[in-house]
Amino acid sequence: MSKYKAILLDPIFNNNPIALQILGICSALAVTSKLETSIVMSLAVIFVMTLSNFSVSVIRKHVPGSIRILVEMTIIASLVIIADQLIKAFAYDISKQLSVYVGLIITNCIIMGRAEAFALKNPPIPSIMDGIGNGLGYSFVLLFVGFFRELLGSGKLLGFTIFSINTEGGWYVPNGMMLLSPSAFILIGLLIWAIRTWKPEQVEEE
Amino acid sequence: MSSDSTKKTIIVALGICLVCSILVSSAAVALSKIQEENKELDKITNILLAGDLMAEGKPVREIYKESVVPILIDLNTGEAVKKENYPEKINIETFSIKNLVSDPELSERIDPKNDIADIKRKPKYMVIYEVFDGDKVDKFILPIYGKGLWSTLYGFIAIDSDLQTIKGLTFYEHGETPGLGGEIDNPKWKNSWKGKQAFNDEGKVIIQVIKGIVDQSSPASNHQIDGLSGSTITTRGVDYLVNFWLGENGYGPFFEKLKGEAHEQV
Repeated sequence: MSKYKAILLDPIFNNNPIALQILGICSALAVTSKLETSIVMSLAVIFVMTLSNFSVSVIRKHVPGSIRILVEMTIIASLVIIADQLIKAFAYDISKQLSVYVGLIITNCIIMGRAEAFALKNPPIPSIMDGIGNGLGYSFVLLFVGFFRELLGSGKLLGFTIFSINTEGGWYVPNGMMLLSPSAFILIGLLIWAIRTWKPEQVEEE
Repeated sequence: MSSDSTKKTIIVALGICLVCSILVSSAAVALSKIQEENKELDKITNILLAGDLMAEGKPVREIYKESVVPILIDLNTGEAVKKENYPEKINIETFSIKNLVSDPELSERIDPKNDIADIKRKPKYMVIYEVFDGDKVDKFILPIYGKGLWSTLYGFIAIDSDLQTIKGLTFYEHGETPGLGGEIDNPKWKNSWKGKQAFNDEGKVIIQVIKGIVDQSSPASNHQIDGLSGSTITTRGVDYLVNFWLGENGYGPFFEKLKGEAHEQV
């Protein structure tokens, strides 16, 4: 049991796909200007990564080495289209805000990376755990960034006003830069700094 | 049979493709009805938003049925088309600008000189919405569209029955950057259109989106809208498309017709 726990929880702080491996940065910049879109994106990635890891793991003994990347891509792309269809059907407003980025989960290197590095070599149950774990690690960073960008950029969280902003008669002057993509770089940088101060073993050697 | 033989490779590839295509197509087919409904509901919601008709706790379809009447107009003559004269392919309930524009019979090329909204073709017919207050029309809700930075913006503009005042503006479909061009969805900005003068006394379109903030003391402020910082090209697109659709190549003939009718009644 403790082995599964490690597979599930390691990617959150000890081996975070964004903070340590610096993968999947593109979508972490693009969809995090609001907390709500970050949450939906996180759920979509967890969904896709869990099922893709599971499917790849189930057929891992039958996948010919020469076409294994194509097989993984086909599975991931199909799952992403299904996730996109589900979001369009059940969360239409959010699908409008996420626009192309759901489709771009296909190119998220974390998912491909886990299928290659883990699911191809391990049985289904640990692969599912690995998928959920890495999904959670990705989500943790996305929610962190989304939280601060929405709060500091528009004074709101999930659309509810937290800081009343000056143009509507309040006291808070929103930081417009937080709504722009570069601010996500700064926040992710600060997060990586914080994690590596807490866990110095993650610092690369010179 | 080893995993790497040619035969096995082909079988696995075909098998994966088959399973994946079945999954994807069944998801698309099973969910398409809900998705279509969402789209339609979203459009109705936006018609109501443009017309300032939203009411708390009342289903949008009900409000729409009670207060909005769709009519089909011929864009070139400005005349309303009677039900029995509807072109065969047009259904007022499922009317879609995109379908019309892709059909050469139902749309026409716009002279590039006049094509300020950068849309290349326009439909020959358009469904517009009349909002009634008692027996008389209170305002008209008109579909508008044109290019922004990344995408075509589709929306509605509401014009008062005085054919002068803008009553609302909203977009229901666009692909602009959230936080930048996407701020055209900002309720505060949309509200700033309300009450602005679209035309001068000669009937020329004068509404414009300016760069920066409108100087409230200037006499021009009643037909100027604040530009949005960080979305110069998108708001310029909104400026062009509003000017296009309110002008002679858009709803101009329709407005002329209405003014003529009002004149006759006097």
